[in-house]
Formats: sequence, structure tokens, C-alpha cells
Amino acid sequence: MEAIKDSQGAVWEVFIQAKPGQPYRHVGNVHAFDKEMAMQNARDVYTRRGEGTAIWVVPSNYIVASSPEDIGSFFDPANDKVYRHPTFYTLPEGVQHI
Amino acid sequence: MDTTHFEEIFEAKLARNEMIEPKDWMPDNYRKHLIRQISQHAHSEVVGMLPEGNWITRAPSLRAKKILLAKVQDEGGHGLYLYTAAETLGISRDELIDQLLTGVAKYSSIFNYPTLTWADIGAIGWLVDGAAIMNQVMLQRTSYGPYARAMVRICKEESFHQRQGYEIMTMMARGTPEQRAMAQDAVNRWWWPTLMMFGPPDAESPNSANAIKWKIKRESNDQLRQRFVNQTLPQGELIGLTFPDKGLTWNEEKQGYDFTAPDWAEFKNVISGNGPCNRERLAMRRRAHDEGRWVREAAQAYAAKNKRYQAVA
Amino acid sequence: MTKQEALGKYLLRLADTNLILGQRLAEWCGTGPFLEEDLAMTNISLDLFGTAEALLKYACEVEGKGRTADELTFRRPEREFTNILLVEQPNVDFGATILRQLFVDAFDYYHYSELSKSSDPIIAGVAAKASKETTYHLRHSESWVIRLGDGTEESHQRMQNALNELWRFTDEQFEMNEVDAMLIEERIAVDLAPIKAKWLEKVIPVLSEATLQIPENTFMQRGGREGKHSEHFGFLLAEMHYIPRAYPDATW
Repeated sequence: MEAIKDSQGAVWEVFIQAKPGQPYRHVGNVHAFDKEMAMQNARDVYTRRGEGTAIWVVPSNYIVASSPEDIGSFFDPANDKVYRHPTFYTLPEGVQHI
Repeated sequence: MDTTHFEEIFEAKLARNEMIEPKDWMPDNYRKHLIRQISQHAHSEVVGMLPEGNWITRAPSLRAKKILLAKVQDEGGHGLYLYTAAETLGISRDELIDQLLTGVAKYSSIFNYPTLTWADIGAIGWLVDGAAIMNQVMLQRTSYGPYARAMVRICKEESFHQRQGYEIMTMMARGTPEQRAMAQDAVNRWWWPTLMMFGPPDAESPNSANAIKWKIKRESNDQLRQRFVNQTLPQGELIGLTFPDKGLTWNEEKQGYDFTAPDWAEFKNVISGNGPCNRERLAMRRRAHDEGRWVREAAQAYAAKNKRYQAVA
Repeated sequence: MTKQEALGKYLLRLADTNLILGQRLAEWCGTGPFLEEDLAMTNISLDLFGTAEALLKYACEVEGKGRTADELTFRRPEREFTNILLVEQPNVDFGATILRQLFVDAFDYYHYSELSKSSDPIIAGVAAKASKETTYHLRHSESWVIRLGDGTEESHQRMQNALNELWRFTDEQFEMNEVDAMLIEERIAVDLAPIKAKWLEKVIPVLSEATLQIPENTFMQRGGREGKHSEHFGFLLAEMHYIPRAYPDATW
């Protein structure tokens, strides 16, 4: 077994679902040494005021993030695709349920 | 590498009041300033658990005990949120804690004063948390995203802290003569250190100019201090407690109170390690750290050799 | 002994065990092995104080002398506290604290689950709430005992020492006397013999997974039910009682 160096554990990302049916939202981080501890720590740190009904935890180093340099190439191309939004379309007056 | 281009993007973001995020380019000094400020803030929360924690086992009612426990626990949580905000700047919690324990990093000087009576718990909640909230409300709009988000959560949770302190002071001020005397004594002792919490006067605050330029801070030490005095005085009057400053007078022109400056020599003395409890606070943090080492090592060892709780099997 | 007296004693006994363990755990606040665990222990402590307060309030009602939960907490002398001896034992280190917690959590888990079916609706309500809380407490202490028992050599040794020290206080949890006899008859209290069987079934495999040895031929200590405490208890109480006893006329 490799030598153990004192540490505060790995960083985990915590996501909480406020109510069933709602999306999970990133709320912050905890440190933990294993997944059970990460789950318990997330519960003990982030749900003390009834903030949630479900939790996801994931080691931070498993998060893949886009870079600020990607902003232009990733997100600008969506700007001119107005036909993806319902307000783009002209409908005859009086039509319903559409 | 030529960073002019990046610097322009950074400055433009600040000008538009957009937040800077961890992966954005940022000037080295901005990063350093943030690490210093956020970690100081985190250390203050964690060291701040000690003077109040001192009274948890002696809290005089079940209600008071539960409230104080929950409050000190919140402070631990706030330290935790702030450490993780600092970690997004490329420094680990291990390093941050090491800086605290070796005396490299500072924490708020207020926590180097002792809590002598139960009234001090009231005075800390009312005055110290009241002063902290001034600063924290402002920091919700600080320019670094993770710091601002941590502050939003912290402010939400802090909202009961000042109230519980003021409630204790109210009960004591309206209680027996002994309780009144205890409450007044606590105000007398905590008033000046609380005013020092906002930092040195603007003219002598070395880091303030950059902090304002980078929109890390949006109001100056003196502005916040003045607002705190203006808000706190009527609260004291309402419950019949006085403040140990003969210079306190209403100034019609500035629509605020004139007040005497705290003893900045004392402030410098406490910051440099000579407060009544500096040694005790650090000794306690070191002891907790040392006594926790075997636990952290065991958790690490168990995770390495046993699949039961491993993240990726 | 009337049924009312038995109920009063029963409630105090349950309340005191929660109260004193809550107080012991609260001593950790600010000095845990790392921040997350500090928050976890405080959560447990707050749960215990909540349960204690609910039971004490009901005890006051049953007693009918106009006393309050605070008076029962802060004005009773040592000999009137009837918590089990286990919960008043000093924290020593995180290992001993978490092992003590495993013993109590496992008992509470089965006990409150049964007690939530009590014919007394107030007890049933308190037990139902506490049952949910202790399910989590047990998950927490169980995972820690396993990690620490099977962690490093040092952690293993510390846990084994804690087990050698604390095992002798575990049997008292299942002790029954005439109070229990009376209340079991009324279906208010639950028989602790089957709880003991379940407790052993839970705790033994956890200790074994933690690679810990239960000490053999242990003499089981008792006395809490009669208010016969360890010498540690007086200091715990002196600290807890300091303000209300120093200023008896004040309210806080």
C-alpha cells in the first residue's frame, strides 16, 4: 500500500433536487474520502434547512468543463437559429391549442 | 505570453459588471488578492467557532443551546463554502489550513478576544455578526463568481444570527440587575473590537484600492463602518444599552452619527499576535488538526484498500 | 407505583439519555477531524436535543407540577438523572465517540421503530420522528466504525481500545425494571429483550467488518436507571447547570 499523506480528502461536486420532478442544481462542494462519505457530507452540509429531497455527488475531477475560449464557437452559432423558437412563427388570428 | 488581449477581456467584463469565473483568464494579482481575502474570510469563520463554541455546553436553556449549536455549525459551513470558493483559484484546502496553522494566513482580529460571560454570546451575535453582515451583503456582488455565490448562501443562512444575538441582549437588558450589568459589560468590551472589524481607515488601508478597482469590494471600510454605527445605535437605545463612546452624536449634515475612532494601535497589536486569545485560538485549531490526523489517514487508507465505498469500482 | 409515576420515570430515562449524549457530542463543535464531520456531529447533537426536549415536555405534563423542560434539564441534581452510563462517558477521541454512537444508534434504531407503535400517541409521535433521525445516525456511525476499524494500524488500535473500554456499558441499554413491566402491559413501552437480539445481529457484523474483537468475559456495568452515575457525570452537569444555578432568579 502506498504511503498515506495527511489530507482533507478529494473535492466532490454536490447537486440537489429541491423537489421531486425538478432538475438537480449545483449547490457547492464537499470534501470526502469515499462516495458514502461524500453523500453523507453533502446531506449534512447542504440540506440542513430542508433544501432538498435528492442528492447527486460526483468527484470534481470527473467533471468535464468547456473553456471560456469555446464561448464563440460553442454558443454563437445558436444565435441565428431563430426558427427553433415558437415565437418565430406567424399564425392566423384566432387559432387555438397550438 | 502577451496577455494584453486577455487583460482587455477581463477589464471589459468587470466594466459590464459580469462575474469572473474560475476558468477565465485573470491577472495574477487579482487571483492572489482573492485567495488572500477568501481564505482569511474562511479562517475567520472557522476560528470564529471557538469563542462561541466555548459557551455551547453552558448555554442556559435548551432553546439557547440548540440555537447556539446551529449557529456555530453554520459558521463551520460558511468556512467550508469559502474554502471551496478559494479552491477554485488553484489552491487546496490542505494548503489553506496549513497557512492558518503556521500563522502565515490571518483571520479577523475580533476572534482573539475572549467570551467571558453568556452576554458575550448576545454581543457577538448582535454586534460582531451585525458588522460581518454589512460586509457580507456587499460581497454578494463581488466580482468573482464562486465567492459571490458562497456569499449569497452565507447571507441567507446568517439572517438568523444577528437576531438571536439581539434577542439574548434584549432578554438580559430587561432581566435582573445582574443580567443587565452583564449585558452592558459585554457591549462595553465588544464595541471597539467590532468597529475594528471593518479594517483600517480608508487612507491607511493598503489593499483597499485594488479591491475596489477589481470590484471585489464595492464599498470602503469607512463607509461600511459608518453604516454599521448608524444602524446599531438605535437598536441599543431601544433596549436601554449604551455604547462606551462619549463622542457619539448625531450629525444632521451627514445624516449619520459622529463617533470616536477605535484604538488602531490595539488593532495592530492584536493582528500581530498579541490579542488576549491569539495563542489559544491557534493552539486549539492545531490541536483539532493534529487529533484529527489519524481519522483522515484511516479514511484514506480504507478507501484505498476497500471497494465498499469507492467512487469508481 | 402508579401508572403515571411509571410513565414519568420512563420519559425521563429516555429524555436523559438523549440529553446527555447531545451534550457530549456538542463538546465536539468546532474541533472535529475535518469541517464536514464537525457539521455532521452537530446535526446529530441537535437531533438528540430535539428528542430530549419533546420527551421532557411530556414528562412535565405527566408530572403535572408545572415544571418546565428547562427546569428538568438545569435544576435536577445528579441522582435524579437516569440516563445510561454509556452516554456520559467522555469523548476521548473521535473513535470512541463514533463507537459510542454506533452502540446508541443501533439501539435507538430498533427501539424507536418499535416505540412508534406505542399506545401512547405522544410517545409514538416522538419515536416516529426519532426513528427517521436515528436511521441516518446509524448509517453514519456504522460507516465510520468500519473505516476506522479497518483503516490504518493506528486507527485499528484506537478503535479496539475504545471497544475494550465501552463494551461493558452496552448491556445497560436493555435493562428493564418494574417501570417497563407496568408500561409494557399497557403497550406504552416495548419489551427490550427482542431489541437486544436485533441489536446484536446488527452490531456484531459491523464490528467484525471493522476487524474488531469484542472483549470476552466483560462485566457489564449498570446503575444509570437508579441515578448511580460515573464520576464523569458530575462535571458534565456542573458545566451544563452553571448559569441557571449561579443566577437562579433569571430567565434566559
